Amino acid sequence: MAFDDDIQMKYKEMLANYIQELTEQALYEGQRFSWKAIEHKIPPEEIINIHLKVLKELFPDIPKKILDSFDFLLEVMVGYGLAYQEHQFLRGRQLELKSEIEIAANVQQALLQTNIPKVEELDIGVISVPAKIMNGDYYQFAEHENTMSVAIADVIGKGIPAALCISMIKYAMDSLLESRQNPSYILENLNRVVEQNIDVNMFITMFFGKYDFRTNKITYASAGHEPGFYYCASEDHFYDLQSKGLVLGVDRQVKYEQYELNLFQNDMIILLSDGVTETRTKEGFIDRAAVTSAIRAHLHLPAQQIVENIYKDFEKMQGFQLRDDFTLIIMKKNV
Amino acid sequence: MNLEIDIKREKKVSYVHLKGEIDAYTAPALKNKLAPISEESEPFIEVNLKDVEYMDSTGLGVFVGLLKTVRKQGGKLKLTNLSPRLERLFHITGLDSIIEISRKGED
Repeated sequence: MAFDDDIQMKYKEMLANYIQELTEQALYEGQRFSWKAIEHKIPPEEIINIHLKVLKELFPDIPKKILDSFDFLLEVMVGYGLAYQEHQFLRGRQLELKSEIEIAANVQQALLQTNIPKVEELDIGVISVPAKIMNGDYYQFAEHENTMSVAIADVIGKGIPAALCISMIKYAMDSLLESRQNPSYILENLNRVVEQNIDVNMFITMFFGKYDFRTNKITYASAGHEPGFYYCASEDHFYDLQSKGLVLGVDRQVKYEQYELNLFQNDMIILLSDGVTETRTKEGFIDRAAVTSAIRAHLHLPAQQIVENIYKDFEKMQGFQLRDDFTLIIMKKNV
Repeated sequence: MNLEIDIKREKKVSYVHLKGEIDAYTAPALKNKLAPISEESEPFIEVNLKDVEYMDSTGLGVFVGLLKTVRKQGGKLKLTNLSPRLERLFHITGLDSIIEISRKGED
């Protein structure tokens, strides 16, 4: 390599220049040189070796004692050289792991793929963005003859452990959904599956709703999930989606209460994960009113554009650094 | 942000005083500190959360795990001096229905 070949000459030039001028600029050349040297995997003890050789050339009558001291310094630097090699090795490993996790995240995405129903009655917008590579939030839509179900769940923590848990929920859900049962039945069953299979320090929160196209009624239950909102168009007012229930995976015997709501034109159901309400700005946490006023600001837009705009606003508020997975679903009654 | 964990024993009761934030970073240390006192027979643990400004779901998870162990051992767990923010967290998750909690100022 060209750099390796004339490295000694280059070093000599730079060092001579610095000793003569003693300027900041000349010193900075040394820093630039180190970047190049690192790029070419030149170990630290090799640099000292070069320094020694150059020194002998530049100052032939340098005292022997000083030259000898370099042998000592070389010995000391060997340890650093090894640490540096290890660092390079670990960096390679880290890149490998990162690409493995990326593949896993893609697999997860494929597994959790859910189609957002295209129905006349509802305008549906969804956004779900993980804080890290893998998402610990989960949402699922399913369409049946006259009904549509929507679930939103959040696993404690973030990253890979949370994502693995979500996959378990997804499979339990798939088989339960075929039974077309009501929300409290679904949550009670899921709770038993989760309780049996989850670490003692973990739990899952979930909201499950079922919308009936014949009656325009949504029936829902919640397992400790961050409450969503109900926007009543005729009153132009946001209400908390009232629901109470213990998180999944803590107590086998829990019963989940079921609630009902009739939707009229332009009414909205807003579901979210705590990554939305836990948005942390420089001034502290936002409150739930910040979410409703953000929705209000985009009220005239289609549901998908509302959720995307809110995500952009909130991402900006946090300095573009999500602390938690962020999921927001808006369902607006059309006709 | 760090979490200071102070455990004092008075007769049968373990008084735990926490100061700081309970999140994914501080939760493992808290879990390890609480494990030995919760595994005793009939443990009685009272955790004072007066100086805890922030807790996330990982923090809640620690108390869920603690409750499970304490129950199994026939003991009792009590959380005191919760800020309105923390109280809301326990309320939303329904955990206030299985863990005894009290607000700041209450006893």
